[in-house]
Amino acid sequence: MPDITRRHALGAAVALAVTAGAPLTAAAADDHGDHGGHDGPEAFDEVYRGRRIQGRPAEGGGHHHGAVYAVFVDGVELHVMRNADGSWISVVSHYSPVPNPRAAARAAVDELQGARLVPFN
Amino acid sequence: MTIRKNQATLTADEKRRFVDTLIALKRSGRYDEFVTTHNAFILGDTDNGERTGHRSPSFLPWHRRFLLEFERALQSVDPTVALPYWDWTVDRTPRSSLWAPDFLGGTGRSRDGRVMDGPFAASTGNWPIHVRVDGRTYLRRSLGGAVRQLPTRAEVDSVLAMSTYDMAPWNSASDGFRNHLEGWRGVNLHNRVHVWVGGQMGTGVSPNDPVFWLHHAFVDKLWADWRRLHPGSPYAPAAGTPNVVDLDEPMKPWNDTTPAALLDHTAHYTFDAA
Ligand SMILES: [Cu+2]
Ligand SMILES: [Cu+2]
Repeated sequence: MPDITRRHALGAAVALAVTAGAPLTAAAADDHGDHGGHDGPEAFDEVYRGRRIQGRPAEGGGHHHGAVYAVFVDGVELHVMRNADGSWISVVSHYSPVPNPRAAARAAVDELQGARLVPFN
Repeated sequence: MTIRKNQATLTADEKRRFVDTLIALKRSGRYDEFVTTHNAFILGDTDNGERTGHRSPSFLPWHRRFLLEFERALQSVDPTVALPYWDWTVDRTPRSSLWAPDFLGGTGRSRDGRVMDGPFAASTGNWPIHVRVDGRTYLRRSLGGAVRQLPTRAEVDSVLAMSTYDMAPWNSASDGFRNHLEGWRGVNLHNRVHVWVGGQMGTGVSPNDPVFWLHHAFVDKLWADWRRLHPGSPYAPAAGTPNVVDLDEPMKPWNDTTPAALLDHTAHYTFDAA
């Protein structure tokens, strides 16, 4: 897998630049975590506590590992991940699953307390 | 021989040496390499894809090796230092000596979560947060802010009683000891402690907070305790599992060790108490 060499090469030197190449999986197809139809949660776009949060199914299979859905805070992508049970986490709230990507985006805004996100790739 | 002690029992001198060594590693840049590696695996480990550091059977041997690497780095600065562990079932409030100014410092202030005392407070200039997911460069915490209670001893014992190490599908949906200890299922031990501390500890760059090492040293001890309670229970899976590190498969990023080689911690260190 390309993931292997890339992650290996990463070593400990390249900060926050993981772009592992795991293929798209069944995650998108069997998502029941939201009322978003057969292929995952719906898109959203709102202002929450003064920050614009957006979410949408990832285009073209995504540019990072397993990206089936992309979330943005003020235009900067927030790394999110879907758990096997359909819950979601993000890199700024990694150990605390929430029901859907919108909740993950809101949790990120709460956690950020106004700080900007650092792009992860 | 390295002896890992309960943090609550450390002498003033042991605390000072531990803190000084962390700051020396930070200054040299080596500390931040550990943060970077951890976040790389946090981002890369997925339930339906390759998974090594987290949400998988190798969560425990991976962190054991990760802590060993870190402890060796500490000992290259001061050979007398060992990783202490934090038994969060006992020292379960922000008033614990763990959070005193002579050790890790306390919780963050309410306005922005900034830790204001102790050796790792931003104002010391010794602890800049370089590897980060947002713009804030200061250590943050909110002890007990996002979840009120740390796990209890009874909750720990209920997980230690699970005799099966791990089960298919070998991820965050699994039943068995590993996933209950990791916390994606059930009473939630390890994950909940990250959330209880808050700040960077709740993120992929959690090793930015030195308490990361004390938390994981205790999780590691619970694995050792579990093995003693269930001497007949093997690491699983044994072989042939896609995307998952089997017993005798090499583990990234080191590629020179396997879960089998890490099952017995006594080759590397012992604990102060059973
Ligand atoms: Cu970890
Ligand atoms: Cu952890």
